[in-house]
Amino acid sequence: MDNLSVDHLIGIKDLTKNDIELIFKTADSFKQVINRPIKKVPSLRDITIANIFFENSTRTRLSFELAEKRLSSDVVNFSAASSSVKKGETLIDTVNNILSMKVDMVVMRHSSPGAAKFLSERVNACVVNAGDGTHEHPTQALLDAYSIREKLGEVSGKKVVIVGDILHSRVALSNIYCLQKLGAEVMVCGPTTLMPKYIAELGVKVEHNLQRALEWCDVANMLRIQLERQDIKYFPSLREYSMQYGLTKEILDNLSKEIVVMHPGPINRGVEITSDVADSKQSIILQQVENGVAVRMAVIYLLASKIKRQ
Amino acid sequence: MEKQVILNSRHFELTINRLCYQLIEIHNDFSETVLIGLQPRGINVLTRVKSRLEEILEKEVVCGNLDITFYRDDFRRREAPLIPSATNIDFVIENKNVVLMDDVLYTGRTIRAGLDALLAFGRPKKVELLTMIDRRFRRDLPISADYVGKTVDTLISERVSVEWTEIEGEDKVVLFTPDANG
Repeated sequence: MDNLSVDHLIGIKDLTKNDIELIFKTADSFKQVINRPIKKVPSLRDITIANIFFENSTRTRLSFELAEKRLSSDVVNFSAASSSVKKGETLIDTVNNILSMKVDMVVMRHSSPGAAKFLSERVNACVVNAGDGTHEHPTQALLDAYSIREKLGEVSGKKVVIVGDILHSRVALSNIYCLQKLGAEVMVCGPTTLMPKYIAELGVKVEHNLQRALEWCDVANMLRIQLERQDIKYFPSLREYSMQYGLTKEILDNLSKEIVVMHPGPINRGVEITSDVADSKQSIILQQVENGVAVRMAVIYLLASKIKRQ
Repeated sequence: MEKQVILNSRHFELTINRLCYQLIEIHNDFSETVLIGLQPRGINVLTRVKSRLEEILEKEVVCGNLDITFYRDDFRRREAPLIPSATNIDFVIENKNVVLMDDVLYTGRTIRAGLDALLAFGRPKKVELLTMIDRRFRRDLPISADYVGKTVDTLISERVSVEWTEIEGEDKVVLFTPDANG
């Protein structure tokens, strides 16, 4: 039987196409489970998982916690804002202290790129990256691709445009890796200032005109402007950004074909996407959230099967 | 590996027939009874029994498939993760008589997991077990079948395989015995 090629989920970059397909296949079964009257299976009764969040999160954290609980694992939550990190404890010390309480797996979000990899090399537990700075957000990319697969039947051969703050987005980078590994064509679209300089080296198309990008694509993934990571002004005003790159119902209705609209959340309604688009039938934003639990269950299940008891 | 056919295709058909009549004896017209096959190989038993039952009763019998992967007790004792098959139960099992079906009853662990998985769908009135082959004296758990195709006495080193026309090309049950010299 197949097995994941990795022991930690640090980024999509490390995964093979087979890994991603194995995760999707497993997620299909978990999607059935979470639609049953009893949404829980006893697979991970003997596993304890710590969710360590050094950065704010609603969806990802809830989604991970639900996924863990539905696999019957024990869960401890930790958020940096209310912890001894504020007293000056280092990342490794914090995590090692948590691990000495016999924790098998760590789900971590951190504001520094590479934090998950750093941790996985230094502590004795399985590490799942729930977002590390502007680097990667692997489970988001997996659930995005899974949602495309669910909506359009397959990912291979589909054209996906990622619109917005590519420079600061870990979702964009993970999505590019994931979609390309599954055989999709990827385009990034946004203002020049929010476009990383060598992004085309990744094999993606670059477009600065939203209209042209939307005419080209089957799926548009609208990203949020990450004001919290922007230390300088990258565009004159949110209003101007919105007029150039905001997706409205009018633009959507005037396209020659029907496209699928996605958003990783949280949405800034009226900035990157208007309310009527977010709530339209072309949008699969809420399906993405539902699939997030199933995909995370699959990731945790498959990684946990690699943890060996002494 | 020495092969020995312990149920040929003629007896195979007779056995399926007998199991169907035994089921009818207890469950009458199946108005309160549902049949559930355990993935993966119990599905073959289910398909065969269902089509024979429907021939005899001239009505449809409610059936489903149950996957037990996530309920197994040997998770993480194996090298590779267990990859699940589909579960397909689109009816209510609350207050129904459920007949679980599998091809070979051996340690009883699969059935234990099956019972666990089944309860996630509600509280059945009664659960029974039908198996094509019962490997007697090899149970790890206190579980027994209500309907048995054939009972066999086997060694742990032996293997029993139920084969189907749809998959292997012929209906038969084969007993594999390792050669004496190893």
